[in-house]
Amino acid sequence: MLRLVARRLLQLIPTLLGLSVLLFLWLNRLPGGPASAILGERATDAEVARINRALGLDEPVWVQYWRFIKRIFELDLGTSTQTGQPVWEEFTLRFPATVELSVAAILIAVVIGVPLGYFAARRRGSWLDVTAVSGSLLGICIPVFFLALLLKGLFAVNLGIFPSFGRLSTGIDATKITGFAVLDGLLTGEFDASWDAIMHLVLPAVALASIPLAVIVRMTRASVLEVLGEDYVRTAESKGLEKRVVRGRHVLRNALLPVITAVGLLTGSLLSGAVLTESVFSFGGIGQFIRTSIDARDYPVLVGFILFIALVYVLINLLVDVAYSLIDPRVRVH
Amino acid sequence: MRIIKSRAAGAIVTALAVALIATGCSSERDEEGDSGGAKDTFVFGGPGDPGSLDPALASDGETFRVTRQAFEALLEHESGGSELAPGLAEKWSSNEAGTVWTFNLRKDVTFHDGEKFNAAAVCANYDYWFNWTGTYQSSAVSYYWQTIMGGFAKNEDPETPKANYKSCTATDDSTAVIEVNEPSANLPGGFSLQALAIHSPKALKEYAKQEATAKGDAITYPKYSQVAGTVAGTGPYKISEWNKGNKEVSLERFDDYWGTKAKIKNLVFRTIDTEDGRRQALQAGDIDGYDLVAPADVKTLENGKFQVPTRDVFNIFYVGMSQGKNPALKKPEVRQAIAHAIDRDNLVKTQLPEGGVAATQFMPDTVAGYSDAVKTYPFDTAKAKSLLKDAGESALKVEFCYPTEVTRPYMPAPQDMFELMKADLEKAGITVTPKPMKWAPDYLDATEAGSCALHMLGWTGDFNDGYNFIGTWFAEYDKQWGFKDKGVFAALKAASIETDPAKRTDLYKKANETIMAYLPGVPISSSPPAIAFAANVNPPKVSPLTQEYFAEVSFK
Repeated sequence: MLRLVARRLLQLIPTLLGLSVLLFLWLNRLPGGPASAILGERATDAEVARINRALGLDEPVWVQYWRFIKRIFELDLGTSTQTGQPVWEEFTLRFPATVELSVAAILIAVVIGVPLGYFAARRRGSWLDVTAVSGSLLGICIPVFFLALLLKGLFAVNLGIFPSFGRLSTGIDATKITGFAVLDGLLTGEFDASWDAIMHLVLPAVALASIPLAVIVRMTRASVLEVLGEDYVRTAESKGLEKRVVRGRHVLRNALLPVITAVGLLTGSLLSGAVLTESVFSFGGIGQFIRTSIDARDYPVLVGFILFIALVYVLINLLVDVAYSLIDPRVRVH
Repeated sequence: MRIIKSRAAGAIVTALAVALIATGCSSERDEEGDSGGAKDTFVFGGPGDPGSLDPALASDGETFRVTRQAFEALLEHESGGSELAPGLAEKWSSNEAGTVWTFNLRKDVTFHDGEKFNAAAVCANYDYWFNWTGTYQSSAVSYYWQTIMGGFAKNEDPETPKANYKSCTATDDSTAVIEVNEPSANLPGGFSLQALAIHSPKALKEYAKQEATAKGDAITYPKYSQVAGTVAGTGPYKISEWNKGNKEVSLERFDDYWGTKAKIKNLVFRTIDTEDGRRQALQAGDIDGYDLVAPADVKTLENGKFQVPTRDVFNIFYVGMSQGKNPALKKPEVRQAIAHAIDRDNLVKTQLPEGGVAATQFMPDTVAGYSDAVKTYPFDTAKAKSLLKDAGESALKVEFCYPTEVTRPYMPAPQDMFELMKADLEKAGITVTPKPMKWAPDYLDATEAGSCALHMLGWTGDFNDGYNFIGTWFAEYDKQWGFKDKGVFAALKAASIETDPAKRTDLYKKANETIMAYLPGVPISSSPPAIAFAANVNPPKVSPLTQEYFAEVSFK
């Protein structure tokens, strides 16, 4: 187990280095620079040149890259050209919002998706099964962005049930401990703040959950169907084991293996899915920040974010592998 | 099986219950009103976050919208207009040469941190800016200081403009005298800029300890400008919190304000960066007003009983012609043909909000120096064709750049406006190659560099002086236009150093006539940018300069 973890962590280094080179070259191939984004519509050439000099953008690409890598080793991701604040600070400020949103979305997807997939498989061909399968197809087809707009138009603007934007209502001033609004409210006993945060989470989380939910329903269903046909299930049943033990220990446990991998990968992809959802709901997380960073060609933020996503993916993969080997001892042998 | 089934069912029931409770609770909340009882918080939605709480470091409207409520400059603009009005100075005057400016200051003005406002405080501010060093000298940080006052006591970069600021003297407690080396078209207008608003001397001392740094690839703004607490002005509101995560800046009424006190206790600016998002937030009752209303939304909002006052026009939208990019554009007949080919009235009628007007020159008629005697180029496709023929350019091909994913107050729907103009130009026999580009930085860079033969841009004025519009475009050679016409440059130079306002206005009129005879580009339109408020709001007077004072706001 330890060797597995260590090997995976070592694999991280070339992956991230390679990615950083590709990213850096790609960004440098793009036209324009942050100078005019900073200076606005009437910047003169001289001003642009001065800014570029001040920002070190007039130096050769490899010098800029070397500087960038050196700083990464010093755990310094640079400064956002948009906000003039360290990228690291901007991330820590916004990261909790995105994590909260992603966790809420994956919870919705798992809590609804796994039982739905399971029962759809158990009652194959029933109305529940048909609904689940066609519903999940719809979930994959509808772009998250569009669904977010739809949900917002209906539940926030027309019905006024949920807030239309943001993470907390104006005037709700929760004491910050962890930065996770829901959790902080619970920790400090400011339940109003927690509740307010949950209300703000519902619509974006549902929108963001649509694809993972659909994937989980389909995967669980397919996986359960497969396991149900396995010999050991039939054997267990014929031995006269109680049905619920068979379903729980034999079917569900084995059927969930591929689902866990999927959940892991889906969690990683949620971070990028959040770019659109957060923008629709002006949620103030990393996702929305990335969108404005793309507009402003904020290199340090974009590079930092993409590296960060890569790191998250690799770590999630590692976690999935560990979880896998805990559930299925055969993995440890290989 | 039963147990699993009931557990799963339980989970679903719980989820449903949560949803139902959520529904119930939130409608209860809504009935109570946003803050339970009498509203004492006004929430305004803006399109972008402010960059800094210190207006001296900023050059963008979103920052100024927030700081304007907390900081006052020596001069202000009349509420709802563009004329200069007393600010922290009750009266002001200059010597004949326009180099010595005397300000008679208000008495009994207190800063938010309890410091007294006086002439020494004014000089402390101007001297502080003048003595900026290091990163503060970058035009990204001190753009407006450099625009108005030139450079610094010791310029560290040879390209920084020469300092025009000379000195500030407090002749007595309530008289400040500011001297400049040369008369400037930017004065006295510049004294009204938020970027030159007056800060508490005590706060300035704190600011001076914190350096803005240029490290790696960006400028890091000093901490005080990012966290509420240090900054202190004299305005009707003081900044109490900047919650960046929630994208909101909160301001609190300043009870010792010298003038009319703010009517609402708390003022909150929240960022919602999409037009749709802001409109929906207003419709959902989550905010009380917002800015940069899409013209297409005006009717919808008005039908929904929202208030959508429009500001007086103070902007200009134009089609730029880069002569360096397409040599045909060097021929006056070709430029004239393009001007005649575009149906401005149709563009105004179909694309701009009510109140939009077709432009005849590069400034709106609300700016001093607007001339009624400029040469005009009415819509006339036949004339355009014959001019092209005369110029030997009957088969003219031009590249026309336009920006995507952006709306500006002067340019609500760039792509639609482009399509109309393209159709007009093609009717006159000109082949147009469309070149859509992303606004920042691609489009801005390309237009600046003059790499688009035709492009569309515009500008909203900072203060009411002709130079603020035509000066920066046509006072000297600029790649965007790519022409060197001594007549045009001289006309503007003459206006910029004239100190008598009446004479200066006359010179601007002449400059406009010279420019329109030369025709460097085609001025298209001026339009009134709209701002929206909920039905229960008494809105502030809307300003052509987009300088609204939210202390005027109250709830009905």
